[in-house]
Amino acid sequence: MKTSTLTAFSSVERGPAIAGLMIAVFLLLFLIVPVGQVIFVAFQDPNTGAFTLINFADFFGNSLFVESFFNSFYVASMSVIVASIIAMPLAYFTTRFNFSGALLIQTLGIIPLIMPPFVGAVAMQLLFGSNGSINLLLEEHLGFTIPFMEGLNGVILVESVHYFPFILINLSAALNNIDRAMEESAQNLGAHGTRLFRRIVFPLAMPGYVAGAALVFIKVFDDLGTPLLLNINNMLAPQAYLRISSIGIADPMGYVISVILVGFSLLSLWISLLALKDKDYATVQKGGGGLMRRDLRTWEKVGCYGVVILILLLVLSPHIGLTLLSFGTVWSFAVIPDGFTFDHYTTVFDTASQYITNTLLYAGIAALLDVVLATSIAYIVWRTKLVGRKWLDYGATAALAVPGVVLGIGYLRTYHSFDVPIINEPLASWWVIIVIAMTIRRLPYALRACVAAIQQVSVMLEEAAENLGATKGRTVWRIVVPLMSGGILAGFVTSFATASVELSATIMLVAKDSDAPLAFGIYEFMQSTSGRGPGAALGIIAVLFVGIGTYFSHVIIERSKKLRESNSIVAEGGTT
Amino acid sequence: MTANIGNSAGVVINDLNLSFGETHVLKGVNLSIEAGEFFAFLGPSGSGKSTLLRAIAGFGPRPTGRILIDGEDIADQPPWKRNVGMVFQSYALWPHMTVHKNVAFGLEERGVPAPEIKRRVDAVLDMVGLIDLAERRPSQLSGGQQQRIALARTVVVEPKVLLLDEPLSNLDANLRVQMRREIRDLQKELRLTTIFVTHDQEEANTTSDRMAVLDEGVIQQVGAPVELYDKPSNLFVANFLGSANVLQGKMSVGKDRKCKFQSENGVAINLGAQPPNEGAVVFRPQNVRISKAGTNCKAGNVQFQGTVGHMEFHGNIVRYGVDVSGHLILIDETHQRGSVLFDIGASVDLQVKQGQIMVVPGH
Repeated sequence: MKTSTLTAFSSVERGPAIAGLMIAVFLLLFLIVPVGQVIFVAFQDPNTGAFTLINFADFFGNSLFVESFFNSFYVASMSVIVASIIAMPLAYFTTRFNFSGALLIQTLGIIPLIMPPFVGAVAMQLLFGSNGSINLLLEEHLGFTIPFMEGLNGVILVESVHYFPFILINLSAALNNIDRAMEESAQNLGAHGTRLFRRIVFPLAMPGYVAGAALVFIKVFDDLGTPLLLNINNMLAPQAYLRISSIGIADPMGYVISVILVGFSLLSLWISLLALKDKDYATVQKGGGGLMRRDLRTWEKVGCYGVVILILLLVLSPHIGLTLLSFGTVWSFAVIPDGFTFDHYTTVFDTASQYITNTLLYAGIAALLDVVLATSIAYIVWRTKLVGRKWLDYGATAALAVPGVVLGIGYLRTYHSFDVPIINEPLASWWVIIVIAMTIRRLPYALRACVAAIQQVSVMLEEAAENLGATKGRTVWRIVVPLMSGGILAGFVTSFATASVELSATIMLVAKDSDAPLAFGIYEFMQSTSGRGPGAALGIIAVLFVGIGTYFSHVIIERSKKLRESNSIVAEGGTT
Repeated sequence: MTANIGNSAGVVINDLNLSFGETHVLKGVNLSIEAGEFFAFLGPSGSGKSTLLRAIAGFGPRPTGRILIDGEDIADQPPWKRNVGMVFQSYALWPHMTVHKNVAFGLEERGVPAPEIKRRVDAVLDMVGLIDLAERRPSQLSGGQQQRIALARTVVVEPKVLLLDEPLSNLDANLRVQMRREIRDLQKELRLTTIFVTHDQEEANTTSDRMAVLDEGVIQQVGAPVELYDKPSNLFVANFLGSANVLQGKMSVGKDRKCKFQSENGVAINLGAQPPNEGAVVFRPQNVRISKAGTNCKAGNVQFQGTVGHMEFHGNIVRYGVDVSGHLILIDETHQRGSVLFDIGASVDLQVKQGQIMVVPGH
């Protein structure tokens, strides 16, 4: 039957059409249906199966849930504010002044992202908690303590330190993209100082800031790992997880929470899209982009470095704490651990190496699948005229709005009674489902990398190949894919690095310890005080994975950028 | 209408020097621009013309020397105090404001009362013919409309001087001709001292009262367009203002006190009376007559023999390249319907009136 529908396509488009159909089925089975199922159950009467809003009424009638809802909202909003407070001075220093610490600030923008927030959470507890290093020092020398990590504060601090780069990156890009003539023309017409900032610079940078802030909001709102590790359960994502894992997949509350999480995700994405819509202020012209920069006076320089170093210490604190914890013997009621040892690493390699091998296997397969899917989708969307091709892009990108915990619940609900042939095990508890969850969650990022790559390949290069006798398939294989290789490789590395520390979906899907990946292992270890050392060692290994991955993806992107530049010179220079 | 803005001012620049780090960009610039004059800075890219304009507006590194507007030295004033209006090459219309808001901006900064702002903005938008687009965003305008808004936004504040930084470079060819006429009309109507930066000699010739030709940060010559074209003070100016045949060689004065020029390849040219300075012989392609070999030389003409090396048909003219003893001489012949063109390789005679031959200093 498939072939009969495909005869409708010309022979040229048959290959992409089959690939597109397969991708569509994959997205349908592992994204649309599971999420649809979750939404469906949330509106279903558990007893009769009829449509109802009673589950939502129950949710808002339950004080714990209402409290969780407001806590999640409060934590996400406060995290945006704290992250803004960290990011704004940094963005301002680099774009406004000739500041020699710019490289330091760029580094600051990457360090947090290479450590998943839940990994650093325990280390932050040891540094900033009520009995942590900082408060012990404060108590001893100044006689007071600060409740950095008390209750929700802890989640806010950990999340802000982790996610502020999203605001820093977006805001800096927005400020750098403002054409200097925008500012000069205002000065020419009589504006300067704060009025100039308020009327011209600020409104032009606003869309970038809002986009970054919306991203931070939704990441924090959806995060499951950090509150769980800090033992904060009265928030939405932990409640969803706890309901499903303790009461079971028949309990409607987990689904109601999922619908709320998805709703807020969509709202945030919509706000950031709205902020950026029709406001492509990237108007860099010949005159050189970016605002006017001026040199800093000595005392200003001291102030700037002071702020940057303070933030650097804060940003590095999870890494410092985790490193100390992974090498420390006993660390309790002390500024630093009592002694140092390699035992935790030995323990990890002796007893928990399956976490590492599982992660290499899962994240490797997921990243490979991601780039294959992403390259195919990018090609189908940008190079073919297939009907509905845009929907592949929309479908794959929609995964952005699906929190990991929701995807996990969706898989459990949809596939708990679907037995995989031959192995006779439900799909929902087979390790492959973890790989699929990782694939779906990282697909939007890989897709953007591949779309960017294909947009840089001139169609003329493909036409030249076809003109010389290459078929479509051969052209893709010999021209398109090699030219996209930089983007594909970068997509692979990013997917691999981020999938290897995925927790919120996998935590719901790990059926047995022998199938568990790294992130789950860290979570397991961190549950007990004695496990914190090995947990930290495992965390350091995870950070190394992500750090090395990020470094390579950076190198690859830079190299292909250089290659393109030299290529364009060759093209312009003719035969030289 | 906001016609007859009466505060137009003269600009005097004294010994202006400016460097970007180690690079010396403007080297001892001296200029005097009259009130109400339309003045062009003409030069190739990197000549310093935009830098000079930006220095007048107060942008870029602080120059040494003086910039006087209406007799007042403004070199130490910040850009927002100078009241010199600048139209940017990219127009720099703020994308987050409507056309009306963009134009009102400068008046608001000057604390003009709201009703007057409304009146003046409407008047200037009416003057540029875009009053109907007042509530649009800049992104919804065409290139020509954006250009008019940028101009309106600048003139509405009644600046003492109007600075235009390559204002036509982002427009297509037809619109460019139309806009330069509009700018010129507006300037005449407002009697506004205007400085116009361009790398296009046709643009400078057609619009400006006077112009300064710049190269490598140095003013090469100042004068009216015709004066510069006919009496270039050096070879750079001669070449930059249009195609020119340049012959290098030696000059000698005979016993009859007549001056003779001998080119490097041995072409002799009788210059008649001794020119005021030494230099290269320069004449324009349109001043050379081409004819079949064996034509008699008219009195007062200089004649060469050569062979046609190439021929280009441009429509209004035919351009020949003729090899004269190894020199390539360009000839522009006005094309008449039905006229017979010379073939490549044909032997021809070339004649130039002595009066059309210039002696220009430089190598």
